[in-house]
Amino acid sequence: MKILVALKQVPARDSLLRIGAGGCWLDEADLSYEINEPDAYALEAALRLKEQQGGEVVVLTAGPERVSSSIREALAKGADRAIHIEAEGLEGWDALGLGRLLAAAAAAEKPDLVLTGLQSDDAGSGQTGVALAELLDLPHATIVMAVEAAEGGVRVKRELEGGWFQHVSMPLPAVLTIQSGINKLRYATLMGIKRAKTKEVKRVTAAELGVAAAPGLRLKRLYQPQRVKQTQFLAGTPAEQAAALVEKLRFEARVL
Amino acid sequence: MSGILVITEQSGGAWHRVSQEALGAGLELGRALGVAVRACVYGSGASVAAAELAAYPVEQVIALESPLLEAYTADGAALALEWLVREEQPEVVVMPHTYQVRDYASRLATRLGRALLADATGFRVEDGAAVFQRQLFQGKLTGDFVFETPGPNFVSVQAGSFRAPEAGAAAAAVETRTPELDAARIRQTPEAPFREADRAVDLTAAERIVAVGRGIREEGNLALAQELAEALGAELGASRPICDNGWLPMERQVGSSGQTVAPKLYVAVGISGAIQHLVGMKGSGCIVAINKDADAPIFEAADYGIAGDLFDVVPALTEALKKARG
Ligand SMILES: Cc1cc2nc3c(=O)[nH]c(=O)nc-3n(C[C@H](O)[C@H](O)[C@H](O)COP(=O)(O)OP(=O)(O)OC[C@H]3O[C@@H](n4cnc5c(N)ncnc54)[C@H](O)[C@@H]3O)c2cc1C
Ligand SMILES: Nc1ncnc2c1ncn2[C@@H]1O[C@H](COP(=O)(O)O)[C@@H](O)[C@H]1O
Repeated sequence: MKILVALKQVPARDSLLRIGAGGCWLDEADLSYEINEPDAYALEAALRLKEQQGGEVVVLTAGPERVSSSIREALAKGADRAIHIEAEGLEGWDALGLGRLLAAAAAAEKPDLVLTGLQSDDAGSGQTGVALAELLDLPHATIVMAVEAAEGGVRVKRELEGGWFQHVSMPLPAVLTIQSGINKLRYATLMGIKRAKTKEVKRVTAAELGVAAAPGLRLKRLYQPQRVKQTQFLAGTPAEQAAALVEKLRFEARVL
Repeated sequence: MSGILVITEQSGGAWHRVSQEALGAGLELGRALGVAVRACVYGSGASVAAAELAAYPVEQVIALESPLLEAYTADGAALALEWLVREEQPEVVVMPHTYQVRDYASRLATRLGRALLADATGFRVEDGAAVFQRQLFQGKLTGDFVFETPGPNFVSVQAGSFRAPEAGAAAAAVETRTPELDAARIRQTPEAPFREADRAVDLTAAERIVAVGRGIREEGNLALAQELAEALGAELGASRPICDNGWLPMERQVGSSGQTVAPKLYVAVGISGAIQHLVGMKGSGCIVAINKDADAPIFEAADYGIAGDLFDVVPALTEALKKARG
C-alpha cells in the first residue's frame, strides 16, 4: 500500500506569537517550528499500516526551506521518501489553493491512501484534507480515530460530537483526516536519523506543478483578540494569590 | 446570484443546537447587507424540522429530501447541497461549524471552486462587503477575512458566537425539493453511531471540577491537581491531550468531544482554552484559570485568573483551602 502523508510545519506550541510588520502574519524571526500535532499522528498511523501490510510511506509538505527539518524528522521516524513543494508565503493561500497545490503533487504519485491531519494549529481551517480529497476525486472521512483494512477498502472509526463514534467504510484510494491522540508516537532512533540522510527528497515548485496563488479568501489583518470579559487577575506571590482567591471564592462568588 | 442561504443541521427532527445560531448569523448578515434569507434543512426528519424553521423570520424554507440523504454521508451531503446551491444561486451560504459540516462543507465549496471560511466568530460590514472574524493559532489570535471571489461564498459559524433568533408567528413558505443524486457517487458506507462503555463518573453532576491540561507536563504531576480537587471537594476533569495520553480516562475529558459540564466552580489548571475545550465548560457558574501565559485564551472565559506557574500556585492554593476550612 502506498500511503501519502500531508505534513505541515507550524510554530511550536508554546511560541510567543508576535504580529509581524504589515499586520498580516507573524514576526517569524524568533519562532521555532514543529510538525503540526495531528499530522504527527497521521504519520504514525501510516507507518503502522505499512508495518502491517507492507508498502511505502511518502511525506508531502509545502513550505519554505525551514520545513526541511520536519521532513528529516519524518524520514528519521521511518517514512521512505518525501516530496517538498518549495513555496514562500503560503500563509496567504486559502485551503482550496493549498489543496490544489498538494493535489498537483499527489495525483502523480497515485497513492492508495492519503492521510492528513484534521486541522492545522496555525491556520486551523480544518479543510485542506477534505479539499484535497475532492480535487483528487477520492472519497474521504474526517476526524478519524482508527483505520483498519477491509474488503476492497478501509473501515475507519470516526469521532462524532459529545462522546459518540461511528464506523464508516469506503473503497481505496481514499483520503482520511486524522485526529490527535489516536496512537502513541514513536521517537526517531539514532539508526533512523542516520538512514534519513540517504533518503530521497524530491523538490518541486508551485510553478513546476502549474499552480498559482489565487486566494478566494484573504486575511486582511491579524491581531490579539479583544477581551470582552473582565477577568479579575489576582496579584502577589503564589501564597498571596491563593489566599486572595480563596477569599473571592468564599465571599464574592460564594462557591465554597 | 442573490441572498443568503442558511443550511441547518438536524437529525430525525432533533436540532443541532448551533443550527439556530447559524440562522441568527444568516439573519444578521441579511439585515446588514439588505438581502433576503432562506433556510434549508436536509436528511431524515427534514420535513418535520422544516415546519419548525418556518416560524423564524426567513423568506423561505427548503426541505431537501432524498432517500440517499437518510443516513448522513459526506459524498451525499456535498452532492445534494451542491445541487441546491447551483439551483438557488445564493450569494452567501451560512452553516453551523459542526462535526458534520467539517466533514462535508469543504467538499461542497471545492466542488463550486470556492474556499470555505470556517468557524467564523463574527462579522462587520465595510464598504458594503462583509469582513469576517475567525480565530487562528488555537484562539490566541484573531484574523479579519474577506472573500475575493463572487458568490456563492461559504461561511461556517462557531458555536456560541451568534445569538439564536426568536421564533415568531409568521410562517414562511416551505418547499420540498429533491436533488438529482446518483447512488453510485456516494462512496462512504456508514454504520450506526455508538458510545463507548458506560461511564463510571458523571462529571455533569459535579458541583465543582478541577480540570487539568497539558501544562501539568507529566503524569506523575497529576497528584498536584488531585490534591487541589480533594481540598475543594471537586471532581477531576481534563483537557483532551491528558486523556489521549491515557493519564486520565476519556470519561473525564471536558469539551466538544467529551463532556459538557456546568458546575458551580470550574478551575482550569494549565489549560490554554482552545474552543473545543471552552464549549464544554463555558456554562460553569464561576471559572478560575491558572496559567503561566497571561494571554492564554482561557482567561477570556475566566472570572478569576492567576497568571503564574501552576507548580507554585496549585500547592499554595491547596494549602490556603485547607487553612480556610480549618
Ligand atoms: C475535532 C476536535 C475535537 C476536540 N475535542 C476536544 C475536547 O473535547 N476537549 C479538549 O480539551 N480539547 C479538545 N480538542 C483539542 C483542543 O483543540 C486543544 O488542542 C486542547 O484543548 C489543548 O489542551 P491543553 O489546553 O491542555 O493544552 P495546550 O494547548 O498545550 O495548553 C497548555 C497550557 O498550559 C500552560 N502552561 C504550561 N506550563 C505551565 C505551568 N508551569 N504553569 C501554568 N500554566 C502552564 C500553557 O501556557 C498553555 O496555555 C479537540 C480538537 C479537535 C480538532
Ligand atoms: N503546507 C502544507 N503542506 C502539507 N500539508 C498541509 C499543508 N497545509 C495543510 N496541510 C495538511 O492539511 C491539514 C489540515 O490543515 P488546515 O486545513 O490548515 O487545518 C494539515 O493537518 C496537514 O495535514
